[in-house]
Amino acid sequence: MAAQHSPMEQFEIKPIIPLHIGGLDISFTNSALYMVIAIALVTYVMVYSVRGRPLIPGRLQSIAEIIYEFVGEMLESVCGKEGRRYFPFIFTLFMFILACNLLGMLPYSFTVTSHIIITVTMALVVFVGVTAIGFARHGVKFLSIFAPAGVPLWIMPLLVPIEIFSYFVRPVSLSLRLFANMMAGHTMLKVIAGFVIALGAWVGWAPLAFVVVLTGFEIVVAVLQAYIFAILSCVYLNDALHVGH
Amino acid sequence: MDASVAKLIAAGISMIGVIGAGVGIGVLFGNYVSAGIRNPAAAPKMLPTVMLGMALSEATAIFALVVALMLLFVF
Repeated sequence: MAAQHSPMEQFEIKPIIPLHIGGLDISFTNSALYMVIAIALVTYVMVYSVRGRPLIPGRLQSIAEIIYEFVGEMLESVCGKEGRRYFPFIFTLFMFILACNLLGMLPYSFTVTSHIIITVTMALVVFVGVTAIGFARHGVKFLSIFAPAGVPLWIMPLLVPIEIFSYFVRPVSLSLRLFANMMAGHTMLKVIAGFVIALGAWVGWAPLAFVVVLTGFEIVVAVLQAYIFAILSCVYLNDALHVGH
Repeated sequence: MDASVAKLIAAGISMIGVIGAGVGIGVLFGNYVSAGIRNPAAAPKMLPTVMLGMALSEATAIFALVVALMLLFVF
């Protein structure tokens, strides 16, 4: 009876409001719905919590302040004072991924970040933006990140192609990390949950306990992946801001 | 052997590359914990670096996953 439900079923994109304009399918899907919910949630937490401006912060305001300071300190420790200008972008990125990941942990909900098109879009924005910042600030000197300082000249023919490759593989690994972690985690949850039904009332308790532990682990992964995406964006930004270090 | 079966086997074999990332992350966090026990005051300061190292070693596992997904869905 449980075998009919595929663990991949949760990743299906279903149109809620079908819209077709000029051969383009721009339907309002469940993916779009959950992105709207995520944005609304983040906006609510960040705007509503600090509306009253009380001297002693309430619970919601404390949450908002802790996250704000956490991301701010992370950015400053990686990029230094110059990175402060890019704080709004990094903070938006972190909050959006965090909200999407955590929304996906609700039962019967949809995980936006488990689709590679979403993560690739975000990673490419970071990649193109960082490259543009690097060229805007340093001009042609920005290319010297492909030739690290203090390396003997005879090793350069070997090192430069590796550096160029690792630079261009950045958006791939950045996007695939988030996508693979979310997709693998949610698939694993559903597969183990399928065992609970398949094993019945007597043996099914063992996988049920495992699912509970795994759900806690997945929440940790959801927060961790948002953090890793944000901190890697900071590291790439730092490379563009401080060339030749 | 049928080509589609060979494809599935190849995808499974290509995921062997994940072993490297598993060993890498284990070594990384093992060393982080043992260093943190020796000097707990310095441990929080090194956490971003550890996360960065984890992300980089995980990238090798992601490449293996890409190869597996390409074998399954592209060819």
